[in-house]
Amino acid sequence: MRDVLMLTVPVAMAGAAHAGTLELVVEIPKLNVAEYHRPYVAIWIEDASGKVAANLSVWYDVDLKDQEGEKWLKDIRQWWRRSGRSLELPMDGVSSPTKPPGKNSMMFDTALGPIAKLPPGDYRIIVEASREVGGKELVEIPFNWAPGAEAQGSARGKEELGVVTLRLTR
Amino acid sequence: MTFAKRLLIAAAAASLMAGAAHAHRAWILPSATVVSGDKSWVTIDGAISNNLFFPDHRPMQIEAIAITAPDGSSVKPANAAVGQYRTTFDLELKQKGTYRIAQANSGLSPSWKEGAETRRWRGTMQDYLAQGIDKKPGVELVATSRRVERFVTDGAPTPLKATGKGLELGGATHPNDLYSGEEATFILTDNGKPAANIEVSVIQGGDRYRDEPGELKLKTGADGSLKLKLENAGMYWLEAGSAGTTTMEGKTLKSQATYVAVLEVLPG
Repeated sequence: MRDVLMLTVPVAMAGAAHAGTLELVVEIPKLNVAEYHRPYVAIWIEDASGKVAANLSVWYDVDLKDQEGEKWLKDIRQWWRRSGRSLELPMDGVSSPTKPPGKNSMMFDTALGPIAKLPPGDYRIIVEASREVGGKELVEIPFNWAPGAEAQGSARGKEELGVVTLRLTR
Repeated sequence: MTFAKRLLIAAAAASLMAGAAHAHRAWILPSATVVSGDKSWVTIDGAISNNLFFPDHRPMQIEAIAITAPDGSSVKPANAAVGQYRTTFDLELKQKGTYRIAQANSGLSPSWKEGAETRRWRGTMQDYLAQGIDKKPGVELVATSRRVERFVTDGAPTPLKATGKGLELGGATHPNDLYSGEEATFILTDNGKPAANIEVSVIQGGDRYRDEPGELKLKTGADGSLKLKLENAGMYWLEAGSAGTTTMEGKTLKSQATYVAVLEVLPG
């Protein structure tokens, strides 16, 4: 007897699963210092009450032996306190190596991952940088989230971060 | 109790307090209190000094230092060295959570008069009775307990487990969760009961570089609560002292407890 292969036809999902994108560009300034290290950076989303709703990316020395890069994660102070210290790193899709000076862009599919689970409302995307033998800086961009939403925003750091721009497209 | 006796007790208690609380400051200073990573170490100094936090008087005794890991087990200090002015040792943070590093001791401090002189002694109840000190004329007995401690957290903080002995810190705010400009709420307990209306002194480190000591004088509430809001990031020395009564082997005696915690306030 031949097995009949049942093909299920996927039904188009209504509402939630928009393939929108959240595009973030984080500029790391080129600094003229004697000893330069690429900054450790954490990028996350907080809701209106200040609770961390999603971790998007953490840039640190992922490739050091014995995970020694993790030793300095606590210097991304606000992120460490609000979320980092309760996480198991490395986290797939979140952990990333450090990035060089210049504009670094990231795209997140809003139908996937923690962003897809965000209830509609007011949020802030926060970028915090900490540089070895250097300074620390944090910038925030507020935005409103709803499925299919579009938003734009930018913030500018003074020392450790340049311009950070956010674009939410349908 | 006659008035004279009451005076004597007050005087004895006051002079003992002066000796214990204000002579020098004991502290334990780790290289970090908030730690990340899997194979992290901290290095710790213990000293009794005048300046905060510069060792300039006596090292802390290493035998009296107890380290408790987040799971309650004891950890031995590593690479310990007792120097001229400070004791230094390392601690490997093998577990995630909060470590407690403490130097605690308790005992009896009787005092009595021999002629014009006031004699003092320190020791256990057993020795006190065995050596017949309880028979000394006009002996005033004070039970003392003293704890100096510090907390270090690797990863997320774990709740502090109270020992129930002497003065200790607890409450809503975890000691490794302090940030400048934010109000912390602690509860001080004395032998497990709220340490009500006791005096607490808080001094920021770096007093060498200031003219004024900058001492914050606070008092706990009736429930032992202490609200602390520190505007500057840095290391702070906190001392609380309480006086009361306690019973030991059926006798009621004066008790005195001192508690010192060194708190790190990070930029908020």
